[in-house]
This record gives sequence, structure tokens and C-alpha cells, in this order.
Amino acid sequence: MAYDKFNILNTSAVPLNIDNVDTDQIIPARFLKATERKGFGENLFKDWRYNPDDTTIDSFPLNNKIYNGKILVAGKNFGCGSSREHAVWAIYDYGFRAVVSSFFADIFKNNCLNIGVLPVQVSEEFLIDIFFQIDTDPKSNFEINLEIQEFKIIETGKSEKFNISSYKKSNMSNGFDDIDYLINKKQEISKFANNSPY
Amino acid sequence: MAKTLFDKVWDSHVIEKIKDGPDVLFIDRHFIHEVTSPVAFVGLKNRGLKVMFPNKTFATADHNTPTLNQHLPIKDKLSAMQVKTLEKNCKDHGIDFWGLGHNKNGIVHVIGPENGITQPGLTIVCGDSHTSTHGAFGAIAFGIGTSEVEMVLACQSIMQQKPLKMRINIDGSLNSHVTPKDVAIYIISRLSSSGATGYFVEYSGEVFKNMSMEGRMTVCNLSIEMGARGGMIAPDEKTFEYIKSREYAPKGNGWEKALSYWKSLKTDNDAIFDKEFNFNASDIEPMITYGTNPGMAIPISKSIPGSGSDSESSYQKALDYMEFKEGEMMIGKKIDYVFLGSCTNGRIEDFRTFASLIKGRRKSDDVNAWLVPGSHKVLKSIKDEGILDILTDSGFQLREPGCSACLAMNDDKIPKGKYAVSTTNRNFEGRQGPGARTLLASPLVAAATAITGKITDPREII
Repeated sequence: MAYDKFNILNTSAVPLNIDNVDTDQIIPARFLKATERKGFGENLFKDWRYNPDDTTIDSFPLNNKIYNGKILVAGKNFGCGSSREHAVWAIYDYGFRAVVSSFFADIFKNNCLNIGVLPVQVSEEFLIDIFFQIDTDPKSNFEINLEIQEFKIIETGKSEKFNISSYKKSNMSNGFDDIDYLINKKQEISKFANNSPY
Repeated sequence: MAKTLFDKVWDSHVIEKIKDGPDVLFIDRHFIHEVTSPVAFVGLKNRGLKVMFPNKTFATADHNTPTLNQHLPIKDKLSAMQVKTLEKNCKDHGIDFWGLGHNKNGIVHVIGPENGITQPGLTIVCGDSHTSTHGAFGAIAFGIGTSEVEMVLACQSIMQQKPLKMRINIDGSLNSHVTPKDVAIYIISRLSSSGATGYFVEYSGEVFKNMSMEGRMTVCNLSIEMGARGGMIAPDEKTFEYIKSREYAPKGNGWEKALSYWKSLKTDNDAIFDKEFNFNASDIEPMITYGTNPGMAIPISKSIPGSGSDSESSYQKALDYMEFKEGEMMIGKKIDYVFLGSCTNGRIEDFRTFASLIKGRRKSDDVNAWLVPGSHKVLKSIKDEGILDILTDSGFQLREPGCSACLAMNDDKIPKGKYAVSTTNRNFEGRQGPGARTLLASPLVAAATAITGKITDPREII
């Protein structure tokens, strides 16, 4: 599925300073029963945002009105566990376009890149700087520049470069996905299949 | 150049290497289930694409299906709709569908091997992170997202960056009552829940050589719980013996040809890994988790340690959720539920192991026990081998196959605040039901606990 092009994002951020956030927290399994990609945002972090009686847990950052913006900043090893792409659909549907952490789980990272959420991996030190900046002023703005692969704290001017392959960068900035690439390769794939012992 | 087992299988499947980008990797076998496939089929429809090789994809219903009264229509409307959608998608695209009631139905990672679909040297994917299970046969097998499911359906290929390579070697012999599950949990506790992220693991050494195929599947299954994309073990005579004569195994000349190829699938002596770990079998005890990720695990006889490599706040959050305190002993804690099953420990050997300990004893009245076979074939063996009689005599009931309380998408949910010793793979918050508290352990620890109603060291059951 094609998605919005990603070039420069300038926005405030929502902090989630917890390590090892797994995809069961991002979207609990009981909300995976859809047959279409619709409405996952309302169940994002469901059991951390709401009590069992559906009342709001005010202390959770997504429920705290002082935080908003299109960037989610999270502790290390974000997105571990289940391969459910629904986790990224929920993040996207809620309104985030980028997730920042010092470390992402592999499948989650691939899923992000496949649907147009940019995973920005920064150093542990810089992640602390970002959390500190949000803590100091929740309205602080950040700039993600995909072309030059840079994450910047506007207030302090501090910035850090991040990695992304040139293939994925081109996909993100054009709104393409891997199938757009693969369907042009079908002849080669068929040839490969014919020569394969399996 | 010397190659690892992983290199040999990966490199032989690369259709194209993109400069500063991923490899285009050919996929030999694809498993789909009702939860992560529907949106992929919507994607195909929107692009006007067909499934490229329907005979390379196999479908089962397992994640959200009930484990009681499977002969009746599924009560939960959304679950019923998902299963129905999968059935229709398979019919429209000519894919084999093993739905409820089918004699080959079961958990996707149990039915692949037991039908001989899983073979050495293959690339295998599924929209489920525990696809790593199939690596036990010397295949490259890993979990993928729904966009990638769509890729494989449309183009029988996937675009992936080649992971780094890690080898975990364990020599020596295992202590009594130490199962493959304990070996895997031990490794994860040593590496942490993210210690192998970015890597593909090869397990080597005497412990894995001596392990049964089903034990190897348990170990490879849990590779993802330390962040690894997958784990694999070089195929040997045990592997070939397991596959031979299964329905989808190569036959006649094809078998001989396959066998000679499979025998070449091992890491060259001077091949280089990006990271290596060595452990001693004798250091491993029966294990149990105390926190909310599988890395938070200790030998069952030990007390809860301090925060280690995780931040103090994340560690405290986990202990608060479990209502445990640093320094407490795990042994003797009261348990409400015991769950035996899942793609981790839902195979026949797991039921044999569980039955070996409960035979002649009674289930504690204070424990609810859910025993869920991994497939209909496992269920049949449980009956044929007389294990069902042992279970029934001890006060246990058997359910019908599926993923069940491992991820609690169906009605099998551990209630809020209750403690469950579970033979599954994840102790995340709410994984087995909102507010449920999970302690991961082996089938032996689960059996010992089911008998006493408290966390019990199986070595103490005499």
C-alpha cells in the first residue's frame, strides 16, 4: 500500500521513557481481529491508556494533554515481540510519522519502513537529551530531515545523524513500497523458481 | 571463502543484491493464518495481483480459534469472520487451507514440520515471529509483517537486509530435569531480550546434537525472544530420519538427491561469525521467569535479582506488574493457572514429558489447568499413546488444538491479576489476557506446579 511521502518532519514529540516496549503493549492481541486496515489508532497502547472499565489513565503520556506531535520517542528495544504489523498501523493511524529510540527490534523496524513510519535510531546519550528536552518544555520542536539523515533538537541546535539504506530512503521519500519494486522483477523471479530444486 | 550454514542457505536464495539496500530473497515455503493475512489479500486485490505460486503457500486457522467445541460454529463474530475470510481467500487463489476440523489443522509451526513441509536448506516465512521454529531443520525461517506477506503472495520473494551471524555453542551434558525449554530460557537470560537483535543464530555443540528434533524446535522457536530474527541447527541423521516418509517429504530419487544436498549444509570449519557465545550444559538448571520479558529469568531455585542491564524504572515497572519484590524466592509462590501448549511446547514430546511427572499423582484443586495440543496429529498421538488416560486419571482435561492462551485471542484468557505458569514464549504484560501474570517455564515445571499449586522444582517431586 502506497503511503504519504516523507521528507522533512518538524513537530513536537510524545515521550514514552520505557525500555523493551513490546508489540503486545502497542496493540494487544484481542484487537487483531480486523480483516481490513482500519481504526487501529484508537487501540494503540490500549491497556496502558485505559483501565479495564475504559476510564482514562491520566498519567500515561499519550493521555497527557501537554504532549502532542507526530514523533513518538521511546526507550531501548522498542517494538520487540510479535511480528504483528498492526502495531505500526496503530502508530500510524494514531498520527505518528516517526518513532525514535536507541534500539529497535528487527521485524518492527522493517514493518515501519514498509508502511511509511520512519524509525530513527539515535545513540543512548542523544536519546537522553531528547527526553530531557521534552521534560524541560513539552512544546519543544524537533526536525527530522530524511534527505540528510539528521534528527535535530531545534531549541538547542543539537543534532545527530541516523542510518537508513539509500534504497529505503528513496522509498520513503517517494511513498513507494517493496512490492512496487518486486512486481517489475517477476520475470527474474520466475526464472529463479524454475531453476530452484524446490 | 568459508561459509556458515546460514550463508550457504541465504546466498543460494538471493535473486538480486541491491546496492546500499536489501537483498531480494526467494522464498520456498510460506505459511499463512487468519490474523496476519487478510490485509495482505486486500492489498493484492487493490493492486489487481494474483498469488504467484499458490502451491508454495499453506494455510491454517490457529490464532483466534476456540479450543472447546470446535465442531460448532465459532461464537466470536470477529474471529469467525477472520477464519471465513481466510477460507475464501485461499479458495479464490488456489491455496491449500487446513481449517478447523481438518485432520492437518493445528498451530502453523507445529503442522509445517509434522507434515514434512519444513526441510533443510529452505527459506520459510510466515506472518508470525515464531516462524524461527523451522530453523531446527537447517532452514532459514523467520517471521514477517503483513506487507511482507503480501510481497510473498504476489512475488514469492521478500526484500531483506542480510542479518549478522551469531553462534551459540553449548557442550557437555544436561542435568536431570533440564529440558530444551530451560536451555533456551537460560540463553535468553544470559543475552537479554534484545541481545541477539540484528543477528541470525546458529546453535551448535553437544547439547543440540544430542537433542531431539522437537527439542531443537523449542530452542529455535525462542530465538526471537532474544531479538534474533531466527535460529538454526545444522541438519543431521536425526533431521533426515524425522522428515523421511512424511507426506510432503521428497520421495524416491528426489529423496536421494535432497539428502545429498542436505548433508552439505553445515558451517565450514574456518567460517567466521560476527559474535560467538559458549556456555556449559552443567550450569543450566530448570528455569522460570519472574518479570515481563523472557530475559527476566532465573534458575527456579534462586531469588529475584536486581535490575541488571534494564533501566531501574523499567525493571520496577515489571516487578510492580507481577507484584514481586527483589530478593524474593520463586519456589513456593501460589499459582492459579497452568498452561501446557503453544508452538513452543505443544508437541507430543512435551505432553509425554508432562505426563511422565503427573502419572500417579493428582492435580491440585487450586489450579486451573489448560492443556492444548499443538495440532490434531499431536492430539491423536496423545490418545493413541495412552497419555490421555494418564491426564484424565490425574484430574486433567484436554482441549482441542490451537494457539489458545499463549496470546489469548480466543476465550482462553487468564483473568486479571492471576498467576499462570505457562510453557509458552512470552510473559509480556497482558499477553495471556488483560492483567494476567505469566511465568514461563518448561513442561516439567508446569507439571510439578500443577500438582502442588505452588511454584515447584520438578527435582523435588519424588
